[in-house]
Amino acid sequence: MYTEKVMDHFTNPRNVGEIPDADGVGEVGNPKCGDIMRIYLDIEGDIIKDVKFKTFGCGAAVATSSMVTEMVKGKTIPEALDISNAAVAEALGGLPPNKLHCSNLAADALHAAIKDYYDKQEKAKG
Amino acid sequence: MRKVYMDHSATTPVDPEVASLMMTYYTEKYGNPSSIHSFGQEAREALEKAREQVAGFIGAQPAEITFTSGGTEADNLAVLGAAEAYRKKGKHLITTAVEHHAVLETFEFLAKNGFELTILPVDEYGLLSVEEVRKAIRPDTILLSVMQANNEVGTIQPIAEIGKLAKERGVLFHVDAVQSLGKIPVNVDDLNVDMLTISSHKIYGPKGVGALYVRKGIRLIPLVHGGGQEKKRRSGTENTPGIIGFGKACELAQARMEEEAERLTELRDRLLDGILERIDYVKVNGPRGARRLPNNVNVSIQFVEGESLLLSLDMVGIAASSGSACTSGSLDPSHVLLAMGLPHEIAHGSLRFSLGRQNTEEDVDYVLEQLPKIVERLRQMSPLFDQMQREAGAK
Repeated sequence: MYTEKVMDHFTNPRNVGEIPDADGVGEVGNPKCGDIMRIYLDIEGDIIKDVKFKTFGCGAAVATSSMVTEMVKGKTIPEALDISNAAVAEALGGLPPNKLHCSNLAADALHAAIKDYYDKQEKAKG
Repeated sequence: MRKVYMDHSATTPVDPEVASLMMTYYTEKYGNPSSIHSFGQEAREALEKAREQVAGFIGAQPAEITFTSGGTEADNLAVLGAAEAYRKKGKHLITTAVEHHAVLETFEFLAKNGFELTILPVDEYGLLSVEEVRKAIRPDTILLSVMQANNEVGTIQPIAEIGKLAKERGVLFHVDAVQSLGKIPVNVDDLNVDMLTISSHKIYGPKGVGALYVRKGIRLIPLVHGGGQEKKRRSGTENTPGIIGFGKACELAQARMEEEAERLTELRDRLLDGILERIDYVKVNGPRGARRLPNNVNVSIQFVEGESLLLSLDMVGIAASSGSACTSGSLDPSHVLLAMGLPHEIAHGSLRFSLGRQNTEEDVDYVLEQLPKIVERLRQMSPLFDQMQREAGAK
């Protein structure tokens, strides 16, 4: 059902955890649909220095969260914004068709975290 | 790695004695039971013996047994066949919210085609009240269908009482006994049923075989038309090896049931109590004690998701199942758990272990050793667990 890569990321997820006082936090999904992903970003200048995640969900939800953190670490914000849900799925060697929509939201969570970072910046400027 | 199969409500292995008997009817005694020659007649004889074995297991007459391709077809034949045969008498049908899809979807189909359907609710344990049934019956009600035991949470319904009521009110009563057969007594007279569905592969027989019991005198319009086999109720050359295997499986199950039920009940409670002891924030789904199938354990493990649990269990050799949306192929979790009033997020974390003949105390202890580690790992990843702990801390 899942590729080896998905199972690898599910079994040994990268970057699980949270970043205290993160520069940006993004959350997507809801408990009703069975998937929640939360991504924490540590940003210096334009660079994503560190990233962590916490996810409640199925194998695909965990694996896509793990994969997106690996893809984005050390990247610039514009590069991070270019990462799509489809690109995450592709990096995992594909997902079963029924998972492409419901559990493939990791890039959305990343983008939400970047938006949160910008919102905080705006607020700080006052 | 240790392998522990605890998904017997999905399917069971074929008993070796059953398999070896079946083999004879594939390779040596392969005649068509409708043929006049000796090849056909030896197959016919074995087929009728199987019919006696199946009938004997549920207290029926052999002539009241119609073999089908499985439980789903038997449910369809009962519901569609009776609705069609008695539609002039009335158009109202009754079933429950926790039926198997083979029953529910068939009723929904009829509701879209001129019939009126009442779907009865259940309580938090998945139990139907006889009073609800009484209130739902109308003068034009022709058919009532209630499962004897639920496939997900193991709840055993008060079938005999419901059957008595249906009889008094002149309503045909169909019971899906696919999950109860071989685990608790199933007797068509004691239960006051008119039609009863059973399936072979849940009782260590082959897949692709089931049967519908139809009480003498009840009319059914067939679904499958053709050569008129099975007294014109189900045309098509009989699946002779499968049916013979089913017959043997019934004979074996009948002989072992009492002892096996007792053994499984002990294992069930050891597993259920063990989980509750070792893991916090666990909800038991379904009743405890005698109202629950001897082999069913169903719990919701909060703050984690069912498919993740199943994948993790599978990696340590344990086979179970879940009512999570991710495992059902739809966006909603189990209709049974929702009907019992569980919130979506708790239903997503449900886990079913269904025990069977090969399972031992060691198997149960292996699950009890592995499951807490898996839950801990997944909870450490879960933002919901975080949130709960923070909220608890704030208090």
